[in-house]
Amino acid sequence: MSDPVLSVKGLSTHFFTRAGVVKAVNGVSFDLARGEIMGLVGESGSGKTVTGFSLLGLVDAPGRIVEGSIKLNGVELTTLSEAELRKRRGHEISMIFQDPIATLNPMLTIGQQMKLAIDAHERVSAAAARSRATELLTQVGIPSAAARLRAYPHEFSGGMRQRVAIAIALLHRPSVIVADEPTTALDVSIQAQILAKMRALARETGTAMVWISHDLAVVSSLASKLAVMYAGRIVEEGPTATLLRDPRHPYTAGLIASLPAMAKPGAPLNQIAGSTPSLLSLPEGCPFSPRCTHASGQCTTDADMTQNGGRQWRCFHPVGQTAPEPA
Amino acid sequence: MSAFVQITDVTRVFGPKLSLGEKIAAKLGGNVETRSVRAVSGVTLSVRKGETLGLVGESGCGKSTLGRAIAGILPPTSGTVTIDGAPVMADGTKATTRVQTVFQDPFASLDPRMKVGHTVAEGPIAHGLTTRADARRYVADWFDRVGLDPAWVERHPHQFSGGQRQRIAIARALAMQPDVLICDEPVASLDVSIQAQIINLFLELTRDLALTSVFISHDLSVIQHVSDRVAVMYLGRIVELGPVGEVFGNPAHPYTKALFGSVPKLVLDADELVRFETIEGEVPSPLSPPTGCNFHPRCPCATTICQTGRPSMEPIHDYRSVACHHYKACLGKEEHD
Amino acid sequence: MSDTNTPFRRFWTEFRENKVAVFALAVVVTMILLALFASVVSPQNPYDLANLSLMDSRRPPGFVGSGGYTHLLGTDPQGRDLLSAIFHGLRISIQIGLAAGFVSLTIGTALGITAAYLGGRIEALIMRLVDLQLSFPAILLALVMVALLGQGKAQLIGALVAAQYAYFARTAYGAAKAERGKDYIEAALATPLSGRLVVWRHLLPNCTPPLIVVATVQIANSISLEATLSFLGLGLPVTEPSLGMLISNGFPYMMSGRYWISVYPGVALIILIVAINVVGDQVRDQFNPRLRK
Repeated sequence: MSDPVLSVKGLSTHFFTRAGVVKAVNGVSFDLARGEIMGLVGESGSGKTVTGFSLLGLVDAPGRIVEGSIKLNGVELTTLSEAELRKRRGHEISMIFQDPIATLNPMLTIGQQMKLAIDAHERVSAAAARSRATELLTQVGIPSAAARLRAYPHEFSGGMRQRVAIAIALLHRPSVIVADEPTTALDVSIQAQILAKMRALARETGTAMVWISHDLAVVSSLASKLAVMYAGRIVEEGPTATLLRDPRHPYTAGLIASLPAMAKPGAPLNQIAGSTPSLLSLPEGCPFSPRCTHASGQCTTDADMTQNGGRQWRCFHPVGQTAPEPA
Repeated sequence: MSAFVQITDVTRVFGPKLSLGEKIAAKLGGNVETRSVRAVSGVTLSVRKGETLGLVGESGCGKSTLGRAIAGILPPTSGTVTIDGAPVMADGTKATTRVQTVFQDPFASLDPRMKVGHTVAEGPIAHGLTTRADARRYVADWFDRVGLDPAWVERHPHQFSGGQRQRIAIARALAMQPDVLICDEPVASLDVSIQAQIINLFLELTRDLALTSVFISHDLSVIQHVSDRVAVMYLGRIVELGPVGEVFGNPAHPYTKALFGSVPKLVLDADELVRFETIEGEVPSPLSPPTGCNFHPRCPCATTICQTGRPSMEPIHDYRSVACHHYKACLGKEEHD
Repeated sequence: MSDTNTPFRRFWTEFRENKVAVFALAVVVTMILLALFASVVSPQNPYDLANLSLMDSRRPPGFVGSGGYTHLLGTDPQGRDLLSAIFHGLRISIQIGLAAGFVSLTIGTALGITAAYLGGRIEALIMRLVDLQLSFPAILLALVMVALLGQGKAQLIGALVAAQYAYFARTAYGAAKAERGKDYIEAALATPLSGRLVVWRHLLPNCTPPLIVVATVQIANSISLEATLSFLGLGLPVTEPSLGMLISNGFPYMMSGRYWISVYPGVALIILIVAINVVGDQVRDQFNPRLRK
């Protein structure tokens, strides 16, 4: 296995607010190999989006990265100046957001915006820029791309706009794309088209992706690796199918079991009691322990990551280990 | 089994609201949108007493508009909705207390400046279901019923989590002692681990109170879980209707089939990648829906008749129907592929 | 969360963090108290003509007059103690500002919310009228109204209301229009609750924050508008001078070195208006979540 393109170690991003310190991300670590798609799964407030923003150095005051390292192609990002970061952003690492309309300028045509995005990092002729833009729009599945360069964002449908945003993110063949719930606002039929496209693109271009989502089904069909976040931490990480079939952390297990697809129609679902803790006042030790049926006195202290056969989890009482695997 | 809620040929048109300036511009040939949207187009549907009807479709298919028409919030442009034979809108404008709605976003559906106990109590007080003196006990009972601490009635919405707020919204609807409950995407804005809590609460309450309900959602797995029968909508029309097991197990309409195919499924049993069955193209603009069958531009087995003739709902058997010219041939053809 | 965490308490905790706003609030409260107890704290009753002596007119600050006490801020052309006149003038200014503010608030809010709630032709009629009026400067409208209504306290308040209700109507309309589209209003209408209940219990309480902000600013504006009218001689009768009239009375003597007659009432007016505006700005910042950190 070659060196990872992205290596995150002990990343902590905190927000210093009027009400107190919000520990949005708390010691997150993961590696991402070339062309690999990692699903970063969690509920609202789990810190998945802030993790994504931290990777690009896009955390605004009152938040900042307080600890940890982010290495992109071997270069440490956390110590870079804003100017140095800007050189890499959109070039080596780029981001796709949930709402593409927020990232596209309504006053410029798609062609103009793509030209600007190219000019930000390279000097190319107008003709070369146009052909590159056309090529990428075609690649993400926009019909008659050359003609569509002259169209404005409002002339595209939601799904097409997201494709344009993806094409812009791909312009410089970045090593890593951080995608923050890019299909959540889209209809399922459009979502399926985009998921299929993204998977093919990652394979063709070798771009690695961090795919942030709350939807286990979406990432399960897309990512080869999953990281599950809860209250600012990664509680479990591993190969997608193994992790979903045989979860170790009680939170992951509870989350999967609570899906309607896991129960007989009409029967009660396996719900997780309680609700997510406030990031302002996290419980001692494991943040999931107040909701956990496996919790013991030990859980008020911090558990380390247990490494085992290519996967890892942060729990004193992992599920599914004592019981033998069903044949 | 007879129909308890009868929806007959309901159409709802949203016309563009033009300002005076726009009207003049339109007269002078300016580029002003004057077309109207048929959000719901000629829907006939019945809900039996005590059953849960799932209403599923993509955004803009008209499922929420239909839900509002059934609740009597939004009067249909034409057609009627009756409950037990009585129209839901008594004088044509006012909603009935017999149907209550749970809205999608519990952060928006509760008055932020009102104590939640008061929010739940004001409807029943206004309609004589309880008295001002007795309201506290009445509300506390409902709080208990939906799994909330009755002591919380004095709190404001901002002191609750999303799941708890949705419980309050459910308590508000049920405190009106309705016969019919409309749930408009009640779990769409909740976290996954909270969704299960609310779905369980819904199942428990509809069973215990023998409620008739319409459950609107874009999430197929949720619909499959809670519904007895399911109606699939596309561009303002119902394209397929039947018992949930049959429709999910063996979809008859090409759109239903394609929709089910494009939903990402939880991959548990294989390390290999799943194949997406995608529907080509996008949902056409409701401003200019296709002629004939709405789905024909995206349909793999459309023929010339689909471009001109609008298929009506044809019964497949006693309690299942589909609006497709070719449902038999199409399904057969696909299976041979 | 216990009772100590009421919305008001939270509001005050945040307000307290802005020292300038707290100081401004203290100034406003002090000035209101001085105005309320003007007859107690003033060395002289400036409206009692029997008290005034022309011998004492236009004397500089620090002059000991025939009353036997020191005129700290000097005297005016009628021989009034200026400090006493300012306290009493404050009372009139604040009285008129508050009265005009509250009447405009009531009328404007009623119109704005009616327009937003009912919609259709009524909405168009009310709001076009408001737009039309907002296109004229407030001072011009007030002048026309004073000319039509004549002089006197009630007439003056009427003129100020006519010039200002439109700002409240616009604000109330904007807020109510936004709230009207929210789910909790739809939920209340779906119950169904009567329109009257929905407006009074849901719509109106949720429109108050922006109205409070506009009210603070408009009360300050009423006070300065009243001062302007009085300065132009279109305000109250000379026997009950407000701050504007005091400034006007001293104006002819500005060039002859007797600056205090105009300047001190002017300073009082400026302090009052600036203080109200600083308080209003802080209230606005706290009510506007987008400016929040």
